[in-house]
Amino acid sequence: MNLELPVISDVQVEVLLADLLEQYGYDFTGYSKASIKRRILRLYSLDKALSFAEFRYRINNDSFYFKRFVEQITVNVTEMFRDPVFFRTLRDVVLPKLGTYPLIRIWLAGCSTGEEAYSISIILKELNLLHKSLIYATDLNPSVLEKAAQGMFAMSQMKQYSENYILSGGTEEFSSYYTANYSLAKFSEELKKKIIFSTHNLVSDHSFNEFQLILCRNVLIYFDRDLQHKVLRLFDDSLEGLGYLALGTKETLDFSPISQNYKRVPAEKIWRKVS
Amino acid sequence: MEEGELMGKCDALIIGGSAGSLDVLLKVLPLLSTSLSFPVIIVIHRKHGTDSLLPELLSGRTRLFVKEVNEKEPIVAGTVYIAPSDYHTLIEQDRTFSLDYSEKVNYSRPAIDVTFQTAAEVYREKLVCLLLSGSNADGVNGLKSVKAWGGTAIIQDPATAQVAYMPEQASIHVKIDSILRIEDMAEFINLLS
Repeated sequence: MNLELPVISDVQVEVLLADLLEQYGYDFTGYSKASIKRRILRLYSLDKALSFAEFRYRINNDSFYFKRFVEQITVNVTEMFRDPVFFRTLRDVVLPKLGTYPLIRIWLAGCSTGEEAYSISIILKELNLLHKSLIYATDLNPSVLEKAAQGMFAMSQMKQYSENYILSGGTEEFSSYYTANYSLAKFSEELKKKIIFSTHNLVSDHSFNEFQLILCRNVLIYFDRDLQHKVLRLFDDSLEGLGYLALGTKETLDFSPISQNYKRVPAEKIWRKVS
Repeated sequence: MEEGELMGKCDALIIGGSAGSLDVLLKVLPLLSTSLSFPVIIVIHRKHGTDSLLPELLSGRTRLFVKEVNEKEPIVAGTVYIAPSDYHTLIEQDRTFSLDYSEKVNYSRPAIDVTFQTAAEVYREKLVCLLLSGSNADGVNGLKSVKAWGGTAIIQDPATAQVAYMPEQASIHVKIDSILRIEDMAEFINLLS
């Protein structure tokens, strides 16, 4: 972004967010302002909008452009086995504990294009738990979910993902999980069978099941404190006793009223519901 | 710029750097006054996964309180904040931090541009940004924004930089207020208080 003085003011950002809520029912008003403004400015310059008025008109009147807008102002950067140490704890500590349940229900909230869902599926398979697990992978963006359901990721990423996988304690040949198809790696159907991709908006939708493990990593950082508290309550309502909640490296339960019911797994951003 | 001209005009100092900048910080931090009237925010490119090391390393060199940035944390004067690796650090209008895991900017996350640009709108003419040694042009667009909002842009004297490219690019593309040698930085910063 080469902008010196932003072409959209804070007030105009508020106007757009109010439009989205009124027109489409998408509530971004609890998002961190600096971050969402940066995303909006990025799109404005990327799409070479001629004026704020034109930009606003398009968002309000062109449903295809609205879809693009939502997809672009939310951050959909993700990778497989990101933070390998976290996935190692999942493999060594958390999932073995859940292995005693007859059915393991996992909610991956804010799954974006699905890289984490397939990562978890791989670990479950290697722990011999995949057959009795269900991963509900949700996102507010229908278009990223379509991509996630395809299970195809850039071949150019596989070297990095394979390194992450090994660091996370993976024991198999990583390349055995996908077939190379020109520039894409297509992950095996078996991994996908236990993943349910579905839209869910953390801001406006309610709890839809009870889970033993909820993962929501690098989503809360985009929310202001009030919205964070609200979403953490939603997770608390959706988590069984003795279930686990996993957050991103820079996220915490510490400031939330629900924290008193949770005990942290040492050294990781994983909390267990103890009461 | 005359010495002391900026006195009391600083609400935040942000230091950005890449290759060759750590040495500068290790020299400058020990000489900073312990009663700075503004926060010091440091955005340094580094490898992901070495998270806790930098704050530890730097806190051994100063009596100022050094900590890694937490998201939604209020920004307090007299504290040295380190931008965490693998996230962008943004400054909110209510003078808190927020973090963001969006695409890399200038092949970098954290990107100096992101912190400079968001801070420019918040602190405006009371922002001072210092760009140190480095091998890419991250920070240059950020300094343009800082100037556009009335803030102060300073660079390390490229002649004293291990890698001159970053401050050099800034000096080509931005109207720089001051060019500092390493040995003059601490005094300059202390006088902003």
